[in-house]
Amino acid sequence: MSLKSKDLLGMQHLTFEEINSVITSAKSFMEIATRPIKKVPVLRGKTVANLFFEPSTRTRISFELAARRLSADVINIPALISSAASGETLTDLAKTIEAMTVDFIVVRHSMAGAPHQLARQIKSSVINAGDGSHEHPTQALVDLYTTKEKKGYIEGLRVAIIGDILHSRSAKSNIWGLKTMGADVVLIGPRTLIPPGLERLGVDISFSMEEGLEGVDVIILSRVEMTEENRALLPSLREYSRFYCLTEERLASAKKDVLVMHSGSMNRGVEISPQVADGAYSVIIEQVTNGVAVNMAVLYLLAGGKK
Amino acid sequence: MDYLLKNGRLMDPATGTDEVGDILLQRGKVEALGADLQPMGAEVVDVGNLLVVPGLIDMHVHLREPGREDKETIASGTRAAAIGGFTSLVCKANTGLIMDEPSVVGFVFSRAFRQGLVNVFPVGAVTKGLLGQGLTGFGSLALAGVVALSDDGSCVSDAQMMRSALEYAASVGLLVVSHAEDMALTGHGSVTEGYTSTVLGLEGIPVESETTMVARDCLLAEQTGGRLHIAHASTAGSLHAVKSAQERRVDVSCETAPHYFSLTEEATWDYDTSAKMNPPLRSEEDRRMVVSALREGTVSIIASDHAPHTLEEKDISFQEAAFGIIGLETTLPLVITNLVEAGHLTMMEALAKITCNPARRLELSGKGSLQEGCDADITVIDPSAEVVVGEFLSKGRNSPFIGEKLHGRAEYVFVGGKMVVTEGRLVDERAFSGH
Repeated sequence: MSLKSKDLLGMQHLTFEEINSVITSAKSFMEIATRPIKKVPVLRGKTVANLFFEPSTRTRISFELAARRLSADVINIPALISSAASGETLTDLAKTIEAMTVDFIVVRHSMAGAPHQLARQIKSSVINAGDGSHEHPTQALVDLYTTKEKKGYIEGLRVAIIGDILHSRSAKSNIWGLKTMGADVVLIGPRTLIPPGLERLGVDISFSMEEGLEGVDVIILSRVEMTEENRALLPSLREYSRFYCLTEERLASAKKDVLVMHSGSMNRGVEISPQVADGAYSVIIEQVTNGVAVNMAVLYLLAGGKK
Repeated sequence: MDYLLKNGRLMDPATGTDEVGDILLQRGKVEALGADLQPMGAEVVDVGNLLVVPGLIDMHVHLREPGREDKETIASGTRAAAIGGFTSLVCKANTGLIMDEPSVVGFVFSRAFRQGLVNVFPVGAVTKGLLGQGLTGFGSLALAGVVALSDDGSCVSDAQMMRSALEYAASVGLLVVSHAEDMALTGHGSVTEGYTSTVLGLEGIPVESETTMVARDCLLAEQTGGRLHIAHASTAGSLHAVKSAQERRVDVSCETAPHYFSLTEEATWDYDTSAKMNPPLRSEEDRRMVVSALREGTVSIIASDHAPHTLEEKDISFQEAAFGIIGLETTLPLVITNLVEAGHLTMMEALAKITCNPARRLELSGKGSLQEGCDADITVIDPSAEVVVGEFLSKGRNSPFIGEKLHGRAEYVFVGGKMVVTEGRLVDERAFSGH
């Protein structure tokens, strides 16, 4: 088993078989977390660099743990200013990293496409850990893995993605991944936060929770914030939560055995009520545990899939 | 030195002439056209099987000097123009030091006189510093020699400012060139809004950012009786607005750039910053509308919007990268390959859009025609020569066409009777390389 490309840049171009490989490998890596010594020698002698141009705790730690459990050496490079601001071109950056003979580069960047531009210029494997509003493939793989674990299958499930779809990279990755795996996708949110052109991807769109959640098997929430870019798109968080907060009442429209996931850090009371977040349908904490195993699987498969 | 070009196919879109014959260039002018002309001391150049056309005119070029000589200079930009077949170019006012004062215009003229290889016609700014706050001295700029007024690179956002610009410019007889863009709709966008912006995760620029301003400026030109020219039209809606204004006899002309009939937004799908320009590449439907507007005549002019940038401004993330691509050296082969060979325009129709049409719109006397008495600005084209895009005399390398195989090359170029390009190469590299 392996992935076709040297990099994992997005879900857009991953095949059904590749996604299944990640899910299968992740399942075997889950077991390692239960051992007293949580380490296998799969990536011994390899170096993983976490290159984060944007602050992130969860994703960085998850990758760091994944790499360490595979016996790789890990370096964290917090590069909090963009290339343009530092006067460094992407080519300069690529050459610098190449010169350090790093095997894997996990990149988080506020600018969409930056990991792709970097990956073109270097031999190391690049893993996109979130680029602007573009993609966050490992988060989608975690959500797919969790769905498969809980439901036993993905094909034919109806999945609702709710929130700021326009700016959510996880939502974009989830749309590609879910469509590839044969799920039905409905996007729910205020019209201004649903990006244009999605009809070409074969998804349903709803502006109402009651209508959109009807018969849904899985719910994936994304974080909604009052950012500067949302100034002209969203009146207020209060207005948002009044119509789109996932409450127990609204959850009743979904299937009885619905699964509730969140693909980021929660904004309680805005996109999810505390009762739902901590309720019986929620697998939000399990997603975090699964995340380490999925990241291990991705590193393992990019290394060629040989133990 | 005088020249006699023998046995060329003389094509003059200004008169419709299309015949095999000779043309005699003497003392910087076209002295005679006809069959079997005698050299009378002129050097004879055999141009059999080649097209002899009026020197090409590019009415939309960013030369960057003064102030951004790291991107381009008048010397390098005019060399790129010459090798691309252009004998005249119109340079925009958004130079490092803005062309909003006669002294800056004077500097450009003097540089062009000493180091320029082709004719340089500057455009003056509409507003001081291109800031949109107050009009420049149109009369003084006209006396300094500008051929048009434009804040190109920025839009004159304030409608009252644009209205008075059109009114005032009409009184001094100058054309106002509109860079039509609603900055609020553009926001921080970098590609066309829709499927492309969604899938790339980049903020989108809706087509309405351009279309609404084109419509506004057409209405203001109608109200004021001003002379308006729409730069780099790229959307179906803009072309519709221009066509409807032209039908109402509003004095509005319109240009497009080769990338809008050659490429679509798909060229940005791998985050290639050399395909990032403003307006951004549009949908296939818009591209087809641009082609049909070229055919119908709504768009009478093709201009490169040559916008050189440094590597540091392009080799960064897509959103942060500078807008603009170079075009002086690719416009002629793109026109020939994608419009003439593709069957959309005849060679004569295509040539009109880069010769007599811009000359007439800008009222450049003696330019854009082969007629006797005109300036001896001549381009000799081999329309079937294969060119692989990749080498540039421009300082910029920001072209999405690198590696493409196209047809059409300027074999000889004469500017004011002086030969500057021979057999597809500059006549004297050395004379213009050092300064």
